[in-house]
Amino acid sequence: MLRFVVRRLLLLVPILVGLSILVFLWIRILPGGPAQALLGERGTDEQEAQIERQYGLDEPVHVQYWKYVQTVAQGDFGDSIATRQPVAEELKQKFPATIELALAAMLFSIAFGIPLGFFAAKKYGTPFDHASLVVSLLGISIPIFFLAIILKYVFAVKLGWLPTVGRISVLIDLEHPTNFYVLDAIIAGDLGALWDVLKHLVLPAVALGSIPLAVIARITRAAVLDVQNEDYVRTARAKGVSPRLVDTRHVLRNALLPIATIIGLQTGLLLSGAVLTETVFAWPGLGTWLVNAIRVRDFPVLQGGILFVSIVFVLVNLVVDVMYAIINPRIRYS
Amino acid sequence: MRTKWHWLLLMLVAGVLTLAAAGCGGDDDDEGAAGTTAAETEDGEASGGTLVFASSADPVVLDGALVSDGESLRAIDQMFEGLVTLSGGGTDIEPALAESWEASDDGLAWTFQLREGVTFHDGEPFNAEAVCFNFDRWYNFSGPLQNPSASYYWQTVFGGFAKPEEGSPEDSLYESCEATDEFTVVLNLTKASSSFLGALALTNFTIASPKALEEFGADEGTVDEETGFRPTGTYGTEHPVGTGPFQFESWTRGDRLVMTRYEDYWGDKAKIDELIFRPISDNAARLQALQAGEIQGYDLVEPQDIPTIEGDENLQILDRPAFNIGYVGINQATAPLDQLEVRQAIAHALNRQEVVDQFYAGRGEVAHQFQPPDLFGYADEVTEYDYDPERAQELLEQAGVETPLKLTFCYPTDVSRPYMPDPPRNFEALAANLNAAGFEITPKAAPWSPDYLGMVDEGNCPLYLLGWTGDYADPDNFIGTFFQSPQKAWGFENQELFDKLDEAEAETDEDTRIGLYQEANQLIADFVPGVPYVHTEPALAFAACVEGYEPSPVSLEPFSLVSLEGC
Repeated sequence: MLRFVVRRLLLLVPILVGLSILVFLWIRILPGGPAQALLGERGTDEQEAQIERQYGLDEPVHVQYWKYVQTVAQGDFGDSIATRQPVAEELKQKFPATIELALAAMLFSIAFGIPLGFFAAKKYGTPFDHASLVVSLLGISIPIFFLAIILKYVFAVKLGWLPTVGRISVLIDLEHPTNFYVLDAIIAGDLGALWDVLKHLVLPAVALGSIPLAVIARITRAAVLDVQNEDYVRTARAKGVSPRLVDTRHVLRNALLPIATIIGLQTGLLLSGAVLTETVFAWPGLGTWLVNAIRVRDFPVLQGGILFVSIVFVLVNLVVDVMYAIINPRIRYS
Repeated sequence: MRTKWHWLLLMLVAGVLTLAAAGCGGDDDDEGAAGTTAAETEDGEASGGTLVFASSADPVVLDGALVSDGESLRAIDQMFEGLVTLSGGGTDIEPALAESWEASDDGLAWTFQLREGVTFHDGEPFNAEAVCFNFDRWYNFSGPLQNPSASYYWQTVFGGFAKPEEGSPEDSLYESCEATDEFTVVLNLTKASSSFLGALALTNFTIASPKALEEFGADEGTVDEETGFRPTGTYGTEHPVGTGPFQFESWTRGDRLVMTRYEDYWGDKAKIDELIFRPISDNAARLQALQAGEIQGYDLVEPQDIPTIEGDENLQILDRPAFNIGYVGINQATAPLDQLEVRQAIAHALNRQEVVDQFYAGRGEVAHQFQPPDLFGYADEVTEYDYDPERAQELLEQAGVETPLKLTFCYPTDVSRPYMPDPPRNFEALAANLNAAGFEITPKAAPWSPDYLGMVDEGNCPLYLLGWTGDYADPDNFIGTFFQSPQKAWGFENQELFDKLDEAEAETDEDTRIGLYQEANQLIADFVPGVPYVHTEPALAFAACVEGYEPSPVSLEPFSLVSLEGC
């Protein structure tokens, strides 16, 4: 197991080198550059040339890449061209925001998705089953931004229960030692702030969690249906194990393997799904940050941000693989 | 085993229920629903409350000398003042930190009499030395601070620096600043310029506390080959210090910029206690936040949202006076666009009235000149090109070109500009006009920035949609920007026009200068370098109870005048 983990971690190195080269080339192939993006309608040719010289963008790509690798090797991702802040500093603020949102969304989708799928399978063919299918189909097919706007209209504009934007009310002052606002509020022991932060999490988490919820519900349903007809389930029932015990200990546990796989995959996807959700809810996370960086051709942010997200993606997948072994003792890595 | 799974499930469900309950229980507290707190204090004295305004993005940095983006300027405007300013809601030059001024006969020396009794937010006195300190700072910018992404407006207005770096402009309009006594400043220029005074009203030339600039290292930084200038000082992010009605309190990027009333302000003090700018980039999100009461106002309202806001009695729309121009650019480097008849044919082919009526929600007017009508220098009469497709056909025949004349017409996607809320629709209508008048249009679309702008700047578009919003109240900022020198996007050399605009820029006698710009506008109308088609009034949205916000054509809008008493 340990060897497996180490090998997977070592694999990270070639993946990251390859990826960094791809990202580096790809963003430079795009038409236009940071100079035009910065100056907009107002830029003259001379001014644009001056900016390119300043950022070393007039040099050959391989020279630029080599310099970049050298600075990154020193643990320095460079500075954002648009905000003039160190990329690492921005990552430290944006990443917790996205993780907090993704975790809340995952929590929501697991908590509702698994029971929904499980009971749909138990009540196979009944109206409840059909209804659950409809719900999951809706979850998958409604675009996030549309769902977000509807949710906000109902719960914020009409009912006034929940806020529409941001992570915390601008009237609340809170120190941010971790940038995970839920944690920050707990550390500060500020219940009012915690309440406010949780309220800000609800709608984005529901919007972002809608797709994983639907996927998890459907996979759970299929897996439970599958397992339900296994011999060992019939045996358990035949020997008089209580139905609830059969469900939890035999059916659900064995159905968990595909569910865990899909949860792992969806967690990775949440990071990308967060882009839309973050924009609509003005959530200052990685998604909005990277999209904006593409728009203004903020090369250092793109290079650093994508590299970082890839590392996270690979690590999440590694954790999922390790989880398999824990859930299913039959799986052995070597 | 059984209990373990039970617990896990239970905890998950409990977690979600907590979240859900957190959402649904907030009926009794109005924190999220209304940010304003213009309340009576116990002794009956009205407190000003907090106004939350949604910006479309974070400022870059709170140092006027180093920014050119609208959101930075909006924030800096509230905390800083320049020597002169513009009249509320207008473009007349008025005293600010300078009470009066006069130019020498040769137009080279400008003497400013400064206001007395003004203090910076850090308690330092405002005086002639402080003014010269700021001008000298800008003029002596070195290395990456000479980058146009930082000191764009200095370069646009004053040109070069004391020691120009490679690629920086060589000549500077600025020569020196003399503090002749405590409250008298003389600015010496290298040549006469008339646009200079109007440009001083730009937020970029507001005066900062010399002590704060030095103490917090405004210009300090290291230069690194890959990423350029790396600021190490905290002036522009944590300690901006000016003389304005609001002072800096705190700034959390992506979340909020907080400013509070400056109690020792020399003029009318701000009516609200606290001003918060909150970045919300998505348009729909800004509207919903306003409807939900989380913000009390936002800028850049989309035309399609205007009816919704007007139909809501809790909200109001404010119009910003037209100070922009949308036009169809023509690149004369592409034959046969170098023939006047062909360009005239294009002008006659376009049904500008129809485009303005259909796509500007009643907030546009047809343009005939490349500057707004309210700005001086607008000619009383220029050659106008009415919508006349038949005349267009005739002109094409006269020009001897084969019809239909094939042309590529570029337009941007993914963008909404004040002068062009929905470019693809503008394009479709204008292209249909041209196709009906003897042209055959090939569309070419690209994302706005930087692709589209790059394409146009490089001269790769024979016809294109573009526009401009004025920075300061001078025709030099409109037709001077477009037509004073050869540009690849226009692709022409018209020495007569270049000379006329040079002459107008240098002229110091106001009436003569107005006349020169009027002549230039006539020359432009005859030459048809492009077809101006619209001036628009961009809209702002506020909660209905917000009073005193005065929209300005150049977006110089003081929040110090705003009150929440009606809230």
